[in-house]
Amino acid sequence: METSANNDGLFVLAFYIGLTLVLLAAQWLIGGAIERRHLKILATRERMLDGFLVTSLKKPPAGTVSSSRPPMLVTGEAVISSDYFKNWLFGFIAFFGGESKTFTLLFERARREATLRMIDQARLAGYNAICNVRYESADIAGNAATNDGRTKPLKMASCTVSGTAYVQA
Amino acid sequence: MIVVNTETIPGFEIVEIKGLVQGNTVRAKHVGRDIAAGFKNLVGGELKGYTELLTESRREATSRMMFQAKQLGANAIVNVRFSTSAITSGASEMMSYGTAVLVRQAN
Repeated sequence: METSANNDGLFVLAFYIGLTLVLLAAQWLIGGAIERRHLKILATRERMLDGFLVTSLKKPPAGTVSSSRPPMLVTGEAVISSDYFKNWLFGFIAFFGGESKTFTLLFERARREATLRMIDQARLAGYNAICNVRYESADIAGNAATNDGRTKPLKMASCTVSGTAYVQA
Repeated sequence: MIVVNTETIPGFEIVEIKGLVQGNTVRAKHVGRDIAAGFKNLVGGELKGYTELLTESRREATSRMMFQAKQLGANAIVNVRFSTSAITSGASEMMSYGTAVLVRQAN
């Protein structure tokens, strides 16, 4: 009787460990595939930009602006989600301290995506340069406010970017 | 490398604009610091561990931005801005960005 209860306990434990491992492996594969594909698309789109000037200068350098078209405000946004495996990996970083490379990459993806969307908007409107670029982030999940240990906000990287599109002479 | 958050560098003139450069990092402090911060939360005062976290993050992000500028062949970064975001409790993202330029001493 006692051994059977022990076996039941072991079975339940093995089941939960097995489920966790399967979830981790699945998310590592799926999340990794999605990330690699996104980075590949980003790289391709960035290669096609050639010569599009993006700066954080408040105004374009004197004498480089063509007056053929009035300047226009352009914006871009992107929110990229983390996955189960990345969250699990962050548990170690949170314990020992240090840099979380996976989350750094998450923010990099969000920023590049938002920047490309802004540039696409400018290009479609016929501009070839953007100045006064500003990046902001939005805490959509409320990560900064909800750290009481009970609620688990979604882990995501958000980025909004704005700039002034102009035609470079 | 000259890194400033003004648009121009006094005494220098911008020869060429290389483009936008950026650097970012997500960092966390070890769990002991988080626990200490929890205690500090009872009495108030500076959370030194988290101040350090921000300092480290800013340094790391800035050095990555400078590395990118160096790769573009720039010798200065102007109009540098910083931006932070939250991803989970106990960690912060720090991002710095600016315009990489080639400058030379004004005569």
